[in-house]
Amino acid sequence: MGVGTGALGTGLLEREGEAAPAPANVSGPGAVPITLNINGKPMKLTVEPRVTLLDALRNHLDLTGAKRVCDRGACGACTVILNGKTVYSCDVLAIDAQGKDIQTIEGLGANNPVSAAFFNHDAQQCGYCTPGFVMACKGFLDHHPNPTMEDVKHGLGGNLCRCGTYMGVRQAVLEASKNMKGAKNG
Amino acid sequence: MANTPDYSWPPMESRKVMGKPFKRLDGPLKSTGRAKYTSDLNLKGMLFAVYLTSPYAHARITSIDTSAAEKTPGVKSVYVISPAGTEIQWFGREVAAVAATSEEIARDAVRKIKVDYEVMPHLVKEADLSKAGSKGKAAGEKIVGDPDKAIQEAEVVSEGTYGIPMADHVCLEPHGCVIQWQGDQVQAWPSTQFVTGWAGSIAPNLKVPAANVKVKMDYIGGGFGSKFSPGAWAEVGAILSQKAGGAPVKIYLDRATEMAIAGHRPSDYGKIKIAGKKDGTITTFQADSWGSGGFPGGPQPPLPYCYANIPNQRINFVSIVTNQAGSQAWRAPNNQQASYLTCSAFEDFAAKANLDPLDVFLKNADYAPARPGPDHYRWQLQKAAELAEWKKLWKPRDQKSGTVRRGLGLGINLWQGGGHSCTARTTIHPDGSVLLEMATQDLGTGTRTVMVQVAAETLGLQIGQIKLVIGDNSLPPGGASGGSTTVGGVSSATRKSTMNALAKLFEVAAPSLGAQPDELEAVDGHIRVKGSPNKSMTWVAACKKIPPGEGKISETGANDQRNPMGLNSAGAGGAQIADVTVDMETGLVKINRFVAVQDCGLVVNPRLAESQIYGAIIMGISTALYEERIFDEQTGRMLNQDMEFYKLAGIKDIGDIVVHVDIRPENDKRGVIGLGEPPAVGICAAVGNAVANAIGVRVPNIPMSPMNVLNALEGRNA
Amino acid sequence: MQNFEYANPSTLQEATSLLSAKWGEADVLAGGTDLISCMKDHLHTPKRVVNIKGIKELEGISKSDAGLRIGALVTMEELATNADVKSMAKALSDAAAGIPSPQIRHMGTVGGDLCQRPRCWYYRNGMGLLAMKDGKSLIPDGENRYHSIFGGGPAYFVSASSLGPALIALGAKIKLVSAKGPREVPAASFFVVPQNENQREIALHADEILTEITIPAGAVKSATYEVRQKEALDWPLAAASVVLHMKGNAVGSAKVVLGHVAPKPWDSSDAAKALAGKTITADTAEAAGKAAVGSAQPLSQNAYKVTLAKVAVKRALLDAAKQKA
Repeated sequence: MGVGTGALGTGLLEREGEAAPAPANVSGPGAVPITLNINGKPMKLTVEPRVTLLDALRNHLDLTGAKRVCDRGACGACTVILNGKTVYSCDVLAIDAQGKDIQTIEGLGANNPVSAAFFNHDAQQCGYCTPGFVMACKGFLDHHPNPTMEDVKHGLGGNLCRCGTYMGVRQAVLEASKNMKGAKNG
Repeated sequence: MANTPDYSWPPMESRKVMGKPFKRLDGPLKSTGRAKYTSDLNLKGMLFAVYLTSPYAHARITSIDTSAAEKTPGVKSVYVISPAGTEIQWFGREVAAVAATSEEIARDAVRKIKVDYEVMPHLVKEADLSKAGSKGKAAGEKIVGDPDKAIQEAEVVSEGTYGIPMADHVCLEPHGCVIQWQGDQVQAWPSTQFVTGWAGSIAPNLKVPAANVKVKMDYIGGGFGSKFSPGAWAEVGAILSQKAGGAPVKIYLDRATEMAIAGHRPSDYGKIKIAGKKDGTITTFQADSWGSGGFPGGPQPPLPYCYANIPNQRINFVSIVTNQAGSQAWRAPNNQQASYLTCSAFEDFAAKANLDPLDVFLKNADYAPARPGPDHYRWQLQKAAELAEWKKLWKPRDQKSGTVRRGLGLGINLWQGGGHSCTARTTIHPDGSVLLEMATQDLGTGTRTVMVQVAAETLGLQIGQIKLVIGDNSLPPGGASGGSTTVGGVSSATRKSTMNALAKLFEVAAPSLGAQPDELEAVDGHIRVKGSPNKSMTWVAACKKIPPGEGKISETGANDQRNPMGLNSAGAGGAQIADVTVDMETGLVKINRFVAVQDCGLVVNPRLAESQIYGAIIMGISTALYEERIFDEQTGRMLNQDMEFYKLAGIKDIGDIVVHVDIRPENDKRGVIGLGEPPAVGICAAVGNAVANAIGVRVPNIPMSPMNVLNALEGRNA
Repeated sequence: MQNFEYANPSTLQEATSLLSAKWGEADVLAGGTDLISCMKDHLHTPKRVVNIKGIKELEGISKSDAGLRIGALVTMEELATNADVKSMAKALSDAAAGIPSPQIRHMGTVGGDLCQRPRCWYYRNGMGLLAMKDGKSLIPDGENRYHSIFGGGPAYFVSASSLGPALIALGAKIKLVSAKGPREVPAASFFVVPQNENQREIALHADEILTEITIPAGAVKSATYEVRQKEALDWPLAAASVVLHMKGNAVGSAKVVLGHVAPKPWDSSDAAKALAGKTITADTAEAAGKAAVGSAQPLSQNAYKVTLAKVAVKRALLDAAKQKA
């Protein structure tokens, strides 16, 4: 879905003397319809291939939890979970995220243990980095359910905060690890 | 009202809501991503604006052609900010802007604008004073006492060079707004530290009545002093909106432009000479410093810092005009620079005199200002030393060995931010619900939570019973959130408006209780007669007495900055100690522990106060170890206008932080004092001093990077 | 970002047919951690982007008698946590694990690490790979604190590859495939120093895709040591990968390759020579570190990197010596 045929692509590049391209799924450069599987629901939108997943979420789907801060894969404010792994959504093309399981903070729900732990430990000030941190924390705990403090510090090295909420974040991750297990057992 | 209520704070020991560590009220919305920042808005028909900026630091625009941009499908308006003939004075200066139906189209269109520049000579770097030439303007020399004589008579004289470079605020939410201008009406959703003042600032530029400018903002993604004014972008956004027939325009700086032009902390470099006695008494302070805040030049930092009453001083300063965008206020403007230069020189003086710097800071505390006073600093220095295990861990510079060396260093702070003027409105409805309103903003400091705590305390209610609305300029005026003035202002205004409303409620409830209004009190959800707890009615029952004809009780209360009536004051101080290890082979500095002892008068919410101090220290550690704006003198361009080479500390880079909020009755009596700035001040000094203590030589310039540390260790001039 | 057409082939043959012999026409997209930024900054303006993540044969790590085969799409996370890589090529595992951002480790691929463009801030700000202005590089007199200390120009950027030094030290080979067929190059000749703005810093041709890496079997001790300023996301200031072929307790032969100090991973034969026949001690490691930087030519601001490179070699050697061969 959302992809054209090889014919759309032929002639764009100069291929002097080369064999004709094998059929391939080529789409764009104009806007193309795509479907993203976000928080378990298919969402249809039409974007140019150059639109990042972050911009698609924010500008096309009004899912604004992920924030655009550095826009160059350096700060983590746009973190989402793609097929179970945390990624910078500013470095992912929306079209490239098709067929993948995309989790954003909107999918965590109002009473999820990670957000609750951030609240409990005041791991937020202005709050602009917080959704990215929460998703980084969620992704980290999904793979490291019993972290030590050292693990936490290492596991969240891909996110930056300017207000300086790291002390609260450290405690929040440890608390969330306990509560997420509790939730599973229960 | 017959009598002015006694607004004074309830006694420390009897407070039930104030002073308690409530969690921040907007926490759940922020931690679930549901808090809507203005940069998150997606309005119907909204256009995206993108800037074209100057690649040159100094140039004249000779021609500009926007025709191709204007013809681009989807482009709705183009505005030339710097027409032909304009002299550009800094890299990143806005040249033109485009608004289009998508951000991608706007970016494409901006690249089609053709600009010719006549490039002119520039100066972008200021660390080397000798290269400033005519761009340096000397301030008049300030002399106190007889510094020459005092130096001659001194037993110990130490000299050093120190520097703290320009640093960026790096607000995670960039500067900007969503704005819509239709006819003579403007509606704006900015990212601002001053909701109330925004309309008045922009209205004259747009030539619309300020009364027609509606401003709304629920959340702001960081300001740190850089978002007081609407900024040029608001005006440009408005013009683009108007040219596009009144469609709303979203105009936020991209990160590179944000880093280049949205403000920074000015630099200060200086040669400092200190003279004194063998016992550590300082008699003379001499400073020749220079710095720049970009094109407007450099503000003079207050030297000597905090210990301002040193009897003999000679102070000189050169302000350097550089071709960089202008600085903005940054958490305690000029204090961080002054603290770094002063406290570093104190440490070097102590080392020269073979004294423990803690003793030198203690010995000279009498030079501190009356507010908060010498005893205050002595107490805090001792407390910080105790928490940092100074007596056990501090060793003189020459008693270190090994590849990894530990060092301890001190820094002090001072900030005179009183509560700003502002007005709250408290409305009590017959059903018992309470609305508290002010056109203020919560920068993440906890303003919302603090206001609600004060109102609940005053009304004898739970915090969940108070509804708060802020962030809308149609509400009673708030102040600018800066200079640590917010908490003093909003807490005092809330106290007054709420007491005024409560006095009205007492009037309507008194007859039912067979008492005079001034005999009543509000406690634990009841209105009752003082001294007769059984003569009481519930809060809701009392509110039902509001006459139907009046509908509700609504009273305002204002904090007057000039007469805070004891509710708030200024003059917070603190002492900070950094404990670091330095790898002598790599020059890498790691923070082991950072201790901060900080007073802020009456503490409304200790949890949020602690968060503020943690935040200030983490920002400070980041600037101390990593941050600087890096410009290329050959091209005049900023090279690290990103978040990769403009380095910010991460979660593992800050060591352990120990905060002691100095809550004592004598501080509580001073009323509420803000603390956004003071704990942010002394960190570069403490870290720099700890590094000097660890490695035995002074690293002159912040940041304490491997480059700067190894240059000092290997004898290269930085 | 300039718009482009997006191709999503599922076979290598399809993918190579979508590329062009000329640079600038098409770009290969894998993890995206570098290409997307390069496109946003208009450093790359391809007309077509070929996503290779759908090509199964580029995935996976496998072990055989010949050694290790690592597919181009293997992520840094997979590389860092793979037991075979840890035991047979610790230097490579160290290099991948050293990347401090989990998100980058999840997204970034082996192929991407090797093909990523330099982080030189003159280049990233659009002033060209060699940052030439009026026939002269801006770098020697400019802001060169993070730049090269070897080679003497005209390229002064540093290779950004985390894995390159380890792969060269391990004697790895890199497979490159075009529509015309495959070729294999030693990792050491994959990295090249461009002499002008039109050249690239790698031997890959515009119509080729890096498909896999092979690391020869053999018992070696190895390690990578990086000096990074921050423990959060940051680039190394200097790094060293060392591989020791032991003869008893002594070094039979060694490879010492420095990272982030030259326009390509810098293979130091002087350091290798200094180690031959020696046992690894603090003194011999120090001596090898000194030998490694003997020919360094620091620029105006980066003499400190000479010290860091020396220390990185020493520490990598001491770490490698601890490993069971």
